[in-house]
Amino acid sequence: MSFVEEILRYPEEQILEQMAATTANQVEQALATDHLRIRDLITLLSPTALDYLEPMAQKAHHITQQRVGNTIQLFTPMYLSNECSNGCKYCGFNANNNIPRTTLTLDEIEQEAQIIHDYGFRSILLLTGEHKKMADNSYLIAAIQKIKPLFSSISIEVYPMDTDGYKQMVAAGVDGLTVYQETYNRELYKEMHPFGKKRNYTYRLEAPDRAGEAGIRRIGVGALLGLGNFATEAFYTGLHAHYIARQYWRSHVSISFPRICPADGGFAPINPVNDKQLVQMICAMRLLIPDAALFMSTRENAELRNSLMPLGITHMSAGSCTAPGGHAHKGESTEQFTIDDDRTPEQISEVIRAQGFEAVWKDWDSAFLNNLAV
Amino acid sequence: MDELIIAGRSFRSRLMVGTGKFASNAQMAATIAASGGEIVTVALRRVNVGDQQDDLLNHIDRNKYLLLPNTSGARNAEEAIRLARLARAAGCEPWIKLEVTPDPYYLLPDPIETLKAAEILVKEGFIVLPYINADPVLAKHLQEVGVATVMPLGAPIGSNKGLKTRDSIAIIIEQAIVPVVVDAGLGAPSHAAEAMELGADAVMINTAMAVAGNPVMMAAAFGKAVEAGRQAYLAGLGKEQKQAVASSPLTGFLRDE
Repeated sequence: MSFVEEILRYPEEQILEQMAATTANQVEQALATDHLRIRDLITLLSPTALDYLEPMAQKAHHITQQRVGNTIQLFTPMYLSNECSNGCKYCGFNANNNIPRTTLTLDEIEQEAQIIHDYGFRSILLLTGEHKKMADNSYLIAAIQKIKPLFSSISIEVYPMDTDGYKQMVAAGVDGLTVYQETYNRELYKEMHPFGKKRNYTYRLEAPDRAGEAGIRRIGVGALLGLGNFATEAFYTGLHAHYIARQYWRSHVSISFPRICPADGGFAPINPVNDKQLVQMICAMRLLIPDAALFMSTRENAELRNSLMPLGITHMSAGSCTAPGGHAHKGESTEQFTIDDDRTPEQISEVIRAQGFEAVWKDWDSAFLNNLAV
Repeated sequence: MDELIIAGRSFRSRLMVGTGKFASNAQMAATIAASGGEIVTVALRRVNVGDQQDDLLNHIDRNKYLLLPNTSGARNAEEAIRLARLARAAGCEPWIKLEVTPDPYYLLPDPIETLKAAEILVKEGFIVLPYINADPVLAKHLQEVGVATVMPLGAPIGSNKGLKTRDSIAIIIEQAIVPVVVDAGLGAPSHAAEAMELGADAVMINTAMAVAGNPVMMAAAFGKAVEAGRQAYLAGLGKEQKQAVASSPLTGFLRDE
């Protein structure tokens, strides 16, 4: 049993039909329950529920405050390589894009990591494209070993691996994984990924299952918002997170809300997602899984990020740079997408404070996984 | 003087305070001060215990408060033991609030792993305060291996639901040979007073203070409630009657033969 079977129980046409038929009364009922059922998730993601954003937001805020408190955890991404053999149409690292390609050496990784550490970050997310020759498991493991002394938490957002690969990552010190399905719609997925290993929809869809089996502590899912139909992508994202939380109950599930940004190659969103829909999705995810970690990246602008903070967001990236080596050498390499919030980590933590939250830089300890620690 | 004694150390306050979920470290410090609490727990995963510059730790005056590190986030005995050893190696006193919670959602404690970890940590000289479900038999096992307190939950952590496990906690208190500290789920001062009236030796509060509209005022309210509940327990509560006792009994006409 994997999520591949689970998702088949919820055909897209049926979800859309149920959403279209949703009544105000159903929304009110869903808002009144303590534990959402999957049927309630459909209700809260329906167009009808858009009229209930305020009560949804109030409830999401209340739950988040109770479960997580008045804190926002900060992390920053570090791009190790922009080499890629995939052809994802929306991505700046697309193999067809004629951009300068870089894979950081271990020394460069250390230099970059030191700068990030000096900003105050103890939580780091490592990213690569998918290129077996330039950045494979052993490259990642070497990178992780190199930077481990500087960070209490190391997560990865790279190509999907098999279960053994994920086990190797855990052994190396990885505690978190993010793997976006991009779109849960099989047809659209094929269209968006014309070539490369990433073309295999099922292999990617099952990556969080394999990570769960391998015992990765934090597993993050998400759809690239702007590709497929908003409401069903949001629904399948919630369904996926809900499934992971139950199936791999020792792992903590997280959900991200990446909205398509302009990248080199000029991809425009197919189904643009507006701010109201984004808020609807964030609140629905919080109501579905009260303890899920909800991530907001610097893809969104500063003003929106500030407003989203009280709605249920628990983790924010800051000081981001989506080009490999971009912290040490600003502006020299091509970015995966454009950052819309370019405030420094210090500025962001100041804003978090002004919004009535404490910025948390460390909330994990490498000693949990390191059996040589003591 | 009615003092709380844990592992030979005495405390005037019977309120322990957590440090999570606060909107700022300054607010946390003010809240702890207002509570009157003397034992302050800190998640080891949140701080760098050995670091003199750690902002959260620097807000807790160690001359005034006993810093009680906790192993929150540990999924099994091995991880919890590792964290405890690290804290001691970094200069903390050998006190440890043992939390082993394999399920990251409700954070319910794992009885088997908790018992395993407690046994090893006690042997290594730690003063162990385990967070447990309100299970009287588990409490006995833990007391046998030498823990300093037992800390049963009133309701799932952060739920603010109150003393949902009241009947089991009453049994734990009745049979305890170490102080019983009600640890999680208390959401209002009245819940804390209820636990103290029941005979708990202390209570531990975090969420209810941290997310209150005014955490400092709420901390003071909890402080008073804990004292009131304790006094009521010491004074001896009148027995609760199932029915009103009539002043004119219906059977008053019956005479002894």
